[in-house]
Amino acid sequence: MITLLRTYWSTFLTGFGWTILSSCIALVASLLIGSIMAVFEVVPNKTLRTIGTVYVEIFRNIPLLVIVSFFYLVIPMYVVKINGFTAGTIGLTIYTSAFIAETVRSGIKSINIGQMEASRAMGMKYVQAMRFIVLPQAFKVVIPPLGNQFINLVKNSSVLAFVAGFDLMYQGNAIASQTFATVNTYLIVGAFYLVITLPISYYMRHLEKRLA
Amino acid sequence: MQNWINAYSAMNLRFLFKGLLVTLEISIVSVILSMIFGSILGIVRYTKIPWLSEIVGFIIDIIRNLPLLLIIFFVYFGLPSLGFKPDTIVAAIFAMTVFESMMIAEIIRSGIGAVNRGQLEASRAVGMKYYQAMWHVILPQAYKNMIPALVSQLISLIKDTSLATIIVTPELMQHAQVIYGQNANYIVPMYLALAVLYFIVCYSLSIISRIIDRKMA
Repeated sequence: MITLLRTYWSTFLTGFGWTILSSCIALVASLLIGSIMAVFEVVPNKTLRTIGTVYVEIFRNIPLLVIVSFFYLVIPMYVVKINGFTAGTIGLTIYTSAFIAETVRSGIKSINIGQMEASRAMGMKYVQAMRFIVLPQAFKVVIPPLGNQFINLVKNSSVLAFVAGFDLMYQGNAIASQTFATVNTYLIVGAFYLVITLPISYYMRHLEKRLA
Repeated sequence: MQNWINAYSAMNLRFLFKGLLVTLEISIVSVILSMIFGSILGIVRYTKIPWLSEIVGFIIDIIRNLPLLLIIFFVYFGLPSLGFKPDTIVAAIFAMTVFESMMIAEIIRSGIGAVNRGQLEASRAVGMKYYQAMWHVILPQAYKNMIPALVSQLISLIKDTSLATIIVTPELMQHAQVIYGQNANYIVPMYLALAVLYFIVCYSLSIISRIIDRKMA
C-alpha cells in the first residue's frame, strides 16, 4: 500500500484536488440557487411558489447519476461542448441545490412570523426583510444540516468518475485498472474521502450538541 | 418525432420495465437486510456496551462518510481478489446493504435517543429485563417517530441503485443505456423516461410517508 501511494501520489493528489474543486464550486452555486428556491417556496406570489416547489420536488426525486449523465451526453450534442468535469459539477449543483432549498426552507419556516411582520411594519420591502432579517437567522439554524449536505456533496462528487471528471474516484479507477491492486487502491481513495468528510462530520455533531 | 415513437416502442418499454423491476428488487432486498443490520448496530451503539459500542460507532462513522460508489467498486472489483466473487446484482445488494445499514443505524440510534429516558427506567422498575424494555417499550415508540427519516432513506436508496449501473448491473438505468446505445437519437427520450420512472417511484413514496405522518400525528 505504501509503495502504491509512493508511486501514484501525484495522481491521487490531482484527483483529490479536482474533487475538492468540484465540491466547492457546486457548494457555492447550490447554496445560491438553493436559497433562492427556498425563498421562492415561501413567498406570497403563487407563480414563484409553484416554480420553487416543482424545482425542488423534481430534482430531489431523480437520481444524481441520471442528471449528471444527461448533462454529459445531451448538452454537448445540442448546445455547447463541455467536458465531464463541467457537466458533473453542473449536475451536482442542480441536485444539491434541491436539497439545500429544502433545508433552508425549513430554516425560514422556523423563524417566527412576527419577525417578518415587524420588519414590514417598520417599512422594509419584502425582499429587504427577507435578506436582512429572516435569512440571517434562518442560516444560523440550518448550519448543521447544511454541513451534512456538504458531506453528501463531497461523497456524491464521486459520480464524476462516471463521466470522466478527473476526480478522486476516476483517478482511483485508473490506478486500479493499471496495477490490479484494487483493494489497496480503493482503501487509499477511501482514506482521501475520509480526510474531507470525517472532520466535517465530527464538527457538525459537536455544533449540533452545542446548539441543542 | 419518428425518433421518439421508435424510442418508446413496445419492446424498449418492456425492456425498461424489466430494469425497473430489478431496481425495485435490489432496493427491497437491501432495505430489508439493512433494516435488520441497521437496527442491531443502532441498538448496540445506543446501549453503550464497553468497547463494542465504540468500535461499532467508529465503523459506522467511517462507512457513512465514504461514497457509496467507492463501496460498490470495492465490493465488485476488490473483493474477488480476497476470494469472494459476487455477480453484479449480489454485489449491488451487498454494497447497498453495507452502506444503508450504517445510515439506518444512525437514524435508529437518534430515534431511540429521542424517546424519553424515563420510559426505559420505568420499564426496568416494573421488573422488565433490559432487552424486554427495549423490545416492548422503547423500540415501538422509536420506530413510530423514525418513519419519515426511514422513508427518505428508502427514497435515497432507490435513487442510489442507479450507481450500480457502473458495474453493469441490469437495472433501470443500465437498460436505458443499452437502448440508447443502439441509436444516439434515443438519448433524450430515454433520459426523459428515466426521470419520469424514478420520479414516479420516489415521489409516490414521499407522498405515502407524508400521509402516514399526518395520520399518526
